[in-house]
Amino acid sequence: MNAKVLLLCLLPFEATAQGFAGLGTSAEGFAVPKPNPAFDFPADHGAHPEYRIEWWYLTANLTAGDGTPYGLQWTLFRSALAPEAGEGWTAPQLWMGHAAVTTPDEHFVTERLARGGIGQAGVTAEPFEAWIDDWSLQGDWQTLQMNATGPDFGYDMTLSAEGPLVFHGDNGFSVKSAQGQASYYYSQPFFSITGTLQLPAGDVQVTGNAWLDREWSSQPLSDDQTGWDWFSLSFDDGNKLMGFRLQQTDGNNYTSATWITPDGKTTAFPDGAFQATPLETHTTAGRDIPVRWQVQLPDKDIDVTVSAINPDAFMTTTVPYWEGPVTVTGSHDGIGYLEMTGYE
Amino acid sequence: MLLNVTNIHKTYQAADGPFEVLRGVDLTLEAGETLALTGESGSGKSTLLHLIGGLDTPDQGMIMVDGRDIAALDDEGRAELRRGKVGVVFQQFNLIPSLKVADNIAFQARLGGRHEAGWTEVLADRMGLTPHLAKYPEQLSGGQQQRVAIARTLAPKPALVLADEPTGNLDETTAGTVMDLMLELVTEAGAGLLMVTHSETLAARMSRGLHLRAGRVA
Amino acid sequence: MTGVTLQALLSHWWRNPLQLFTLLAGLALATALWSGVQAVNAEARASYDAAAATLGEGQFDRLQRRDGQPMDQQAFIDLRRAGWLVSPVVQGRFNGVRIIGIDLLTAPGSIGPVDLTGDVAIDAFLTGEGQLFANPEAAAQLPDLNVRISPETAPNTAVTDIGVAQRLLGKEGQIDSLIIAPNQPIGRPDLADIAPQLIRQQAQGGSDIGRLTDSFHLNLTAFGLLSFAVGIFIVNGAIGLAFEQRRPVVRTLRALGLPLRRLILLMGAELMLFALVAGAIGVALGYVIAALLLPDVAATLRGLYGADVAGNLQLRPVWWLSGLAIALGGTAIAASGALYGLSKMPLLAAAQPRALAMAAGRRAMIQGILAAMLIALSIVLMFTADGLIGGFALLGSLLIGAALALPLILDRVLAGASLTAKSVSAQWFWADTRQQLPGLSLALMALLLAMAANIGVSTMVSSFRLTFIDFLDQRLASELYVSTENASQTADLLAFAAPRVDEILPIQNADTEVAGQPTQVFGADDNRTYRENWTFLQSTADPWDTTFAGDSIVINEQLARRSALSISDTVTLQDTTFTIAGIYGDYGNPIGQAVISEAQFQRLYPDIAPTRFGLRMDPDAVADFVAAMEAEAGIPASQTINQAGIKAISLQVFERTFTVTTALNILTLAVAGFAILMSLLTLATMRIPQLAPAWAVGMTRRKLGQLELLRAVLLAVLTAIVALPLGLALAWALLAVVNVAAFGWKLPMFLFPFDYARLGLFALFAAALAAAWPAIRLSRTPPADLLKVFSNER
Repeated sequence: MNAKVLLLCLLPFEATAQGFAGLGTSAEGFAVPKPNPAFDFPADHGAHPEYRIEWWYLTANLTAGDGTPYGLQWTLFRSALAPEAGEGWTAPQLWMGHAAVTTPDEHFVTERLARGGIGQAGVTAEPFEAWIDDWSLQGDWQTLQMNATGPDFGYDMTLSAEGPLVFHGDNGFSVKSAQGQASYYYSQPFFSITGTLQLPAGDVQVTGNAWLDREWSSQPLSDDQTGWDWFSLSFDDGNKLMGFRLQQTDGNNYTSATWITPDGKTTAFPDGAFQATPLETHTTAGRDIPVRWQVQLPDKDIDVTVSAINPDAFMTTTVPYWEGPVTVTGSHDGIGYLEMTGYE
Repeated sequence: MLLNVTNIHKTYQAADGPFEVLRGVDLTLEAGETLALTGESGSGKSTLLHLIGGLDTPDQGMIMVDGRDIAALDDEGRAELRRGKVGVVFQQFNLIPSLKVADNIAFQARLGGRHEAGWTEVLADRMGLTPHLAKYPEQLSGGQQQRVAIARTLAPKPALVLADEPTGNLDETTAGTVMDLMLELVTEAGAGLLMVTHSETLAARMSRGLHLRAGRVA
Repeated sequence: MTGVTLQALLSHWWRNPLQLFTLLAGLALATALWSGVQAVNAEARASYDAAAATLGEGQFDRLQRRDGQPMDQQAFIDLRRAGWLVSPVVQGRFNGVRIIGIDLLTAPGSIGPVDLTGDVAIDAFLTGEGQLFANPEAAAQLPDLNVRISPETAPNTAVTDIGVAQRLLGKEGQIDSLIIAPNQPIGRPDLADIAPQLIRQQAQGGSDIGRLTDSFHLNLTAFGLLSFAVGIFIVNGAIGLAFEQRRPVVRTLRALGLPLRRLILLMGAELMLFALVAGAIGVALGYVIAALLLPDVAATLRGLYGADVAGNLQLRPVWWLSGLAIALGGTAIAASGALYGLSKMPLLAAAQPRALAMAAGRRAMIQGILAAMLIALSIVLMFTADGLIGGFALLGSLLIGAALALPLILDRVLAGASLTAKSVSAQWFWADTRQQLPGLSLALMALLLAMAANIGVSTMVSSFRLTFIDFLDQRLASELYVSTENASQTADLLAFAAPRVDEILPIQNADTEVAGQPTQVFGADDNRTYRENWTFLQSTADPWDTTFAGDSIVINEQLARRSALSISDTVTLQDTTFTIAGIYGDYGNPIGQAVISEAQFQRLYPDIAPTRFGLRMDPDAVADFVAAMEAEAGIPASQTINQAGIKAISLQVFERTFTVTTALNILTLAVAGFAILMSLLTLATMRIPQLAPAWAVGMTRRKLGQLELLRAVLLAVLTAIVALPLGLALAWALLAVVNVAAFGWKLPMFLFPFDYARLGLFALFAAALAAAWPAIRLSRTPPADLLKVFSNER
């Protein structure tokens, strides 16, 4: 086996089922999220090396001048081998960047890996900058600059916040299983975004909405959880819904959701309130992946069909998963992003 | 009718241009009949025999063996003919030097899937070859080798036996013995025999004779 | 039908075991020759590739500092942050083992043959617990380190995390080179804007050992190609003769009613079975040959080029398969011709003698035309070929054309000789020899190719040796070389050495670009060493005078060829223009090199101070001098290189190269000799009818036997006469076309008449030996057998 593949199989990156099934479930000296968190900004926008895993996860639904829909992803993952920041080559912090652009019939993906401690990748809180190689996400969270490049694509975007931060679960303490595994989890779902996509066919000017997730933890899943389906939906009436479904080995699911009003007020829903049911699967990268879902949140009269804009939006990264833009129809219309892991 | 040859023509490329060996030969042979084919060197008698045996193809004419025109057969069909219906005895024996006498005798019958162990034994016995079955051809005298060749030809019980100067390489006494045996066995089997020979003595022992001269029946 | 036919076909071999043996042995020997050479080649290459792959040498472009010194780690970060996907490498020696530090996270996918499966703790590897990976031999050299055994690691190499390597080698914060990933993101800035101090080394060009090692492999590959050609001829001969022997049986079988198609199918299957058996024997035999040669090959490569090759042979499926494929393919090629002939063969013997004779005549004409076309093509290629493919096409057309022409040439020579014959017996001898020619021609072609290969390859290797020794004299003119670590050590050295040696030659160089090519520029002081020892491929009347005067420059052949520079062209270094006064051979160097005067060098590169010095002194005084320098000036012997020592090692290495080459030469000749033996034995029985009349009219059997022997030797002599120019043409093509295409330099060709004479004697000896047994058999043929010819025309 290639050493690097093995290496990454052992690392607890969030998107990998193996990661969750392996090291992801024990805490071994790492700090563990506690209920009733008191966040401290801007410090908490930065890295938390004493926790095992952490990410800065941005997705955006974009539209070009001709109406073509695009999806965009910029993600920086941090994974710690030991609960300390460290200096030089021996620093136990590893970084992984993923970037993607999805069009209705193409999907561009690229990936970067780096070690902490030498300056190649990292996150500073003040001034805020998250970077790996030449990619960066920086600014004051009112306005952010973001860029990434790959062998066949790149992008350069400006984001501006048009609403407050929202906190999931119990004020940002998000429970992931009946056994009590949890993470700290907040989002900025109110970014407007504008910029240029560099694609093989030429540059494209786009505008749209972006959703930035921040989450860190040391043991986000329990032993019997193998993957997840995560939805971030923006309805045309201005309301938003974040919901996820954690797949368990016994065939049951653990679900959680946050309802976000246009002014940023949140309602958290416990296990069972949010339901997501696959309607249609598509074979991509040798896997059968649900690309059409029925999503229901009866408490808010939500009963919608969520459909992938490009069913082949598979992330052929070292740790593979599906991530792409979706359209929403049914009781409410809208757009959003879907992430699915654990489909082998 | 066992054999019916009509209007056979055959031309060879010789050193000094084309040479027409056969110029319209006709002949017939009934089962149980023996026919001596005589003629001078170059009269075309061997060529005619080869054509009837399917070893070569005529330029023109028809050769019906047991109702089938062998001139129209391909290599595969002519080979099949030689494995069963028609047997050829050559002047030079043409034994397979690497096979023992017993295997040589049985060879053609086996090749055609017509092998009968009892019949092969009878043949060997009648030919006086029983003491030599485990020997190789090179250990036998010329007369013995030709007897092996005749036994080999008769083993598949062919309807038509063709013999090309079968005793040409043998001394007179041996030739007489070999000839006696061949005629006896062919007659017993009720097969037809067509034999090319130089010898008037031998020709006289056949039921009919046919003389070729310059590619035509004289 | 099939069973009884197979019985008839196979019983032939049972009754004629000698024919079976010659067929199988011919096939097996041809396969052995091919697979032996391939095995040596594959093994050496695999070991070498493992070493190269460890560092990504040959696969990836690399960045290095222009002066060859380590770069600061920040350069790596700066490049990554600018979008350049590069991966750092640190290397050095520790306890004699080459330590390579890499960064697993940024290294391109295929790098690092370290197998990290099993119970290896990745986090321990990454976070500096000091794990290294090495094969058992190298691990034994590193007793106090945390070494994991990984047999796949290149010989004498340990791979570890870059952080560990930096610590171990005392290179904290430093990087030796950066590997450039093949797939780079869009929109990167120019290298010159981010890291102007770095220079990009092209893949394959970056390794100093690679090119020379390749040249040795090329020698072996050429030999493999030639042995293949010899093998094919032998296989062809063996099969052609096997068919010839069975013609009467084939006729009988068909007359008895076996269809032609079935017969061809069965004979083809029979041959393939033999090819498989003989191929397997041949591969096994090749393995033995390779195993015997490999320690020498390994030593040759290690000593000559510093490339580490494991000294044991592994049974690699690749050459197993290629060996069998050669046996089967060679048989198939040879058999298809023979089977085609069989299918066209008239069922009735000798029915159309004239037609057959005409067919033979036509075949000879076609062969002649083909030979003429191939030779014409090779002549055209001699003047036009400038790539590797052209070079090999030249070799191929030359060899095959000459081989095809050989029987025609010999036929003409023999026809001419028979005209001059005075006596009847001489006339008979010439005519009979000529009649024998077709049966022997394949064996003679094999002999021709074997001899030409021997002449060609030994000329190449010997020329290589002479050139290289000459080159060592030029480059290692000083009796002793000393490197210093810093300025104070330099001062100590100069103070110590000045009164004790004849001359001190500072060696200083800068890495730069000349005419667009990466080039090392040296500054040289006016000194007899240069004037006396350097030889030029091309030069003006007084290259050193103008160079030391500061006006001109001398450059190596690589730079001249790549930038199409010649004498009196000019090149510019920084702001100064120099006229080229000389071009010298620089064997084994992958990059450009140039020499200017020391004064100019100081002016152009004021920051570079010499850290290496050549000391001229009495060779016998070197040992004492080194001891005294260590005791009095504190400069250890490990910082010195003794020229005599290097030369001794080089010579030793060449001797080993010769061992390998000689062994292969003898083997090739033996195979060709075997082909002659085989042909003569097969012809022997067919010859009796031809010889019987000569015997009957009064030649003794003894005399006939002697004439048979004489005939074989005569044909071998004639073949040798054709082989000599062919071998020389071959050597020339290897040295002047293939080598230039492959490595960028031309090796001068030297002639070795004594070697050729010896080779000719060997060939005659082989031919005489091969002919001896058939001749003896002939002289003892029972008169009865000869008489049979008359009693019974078979």
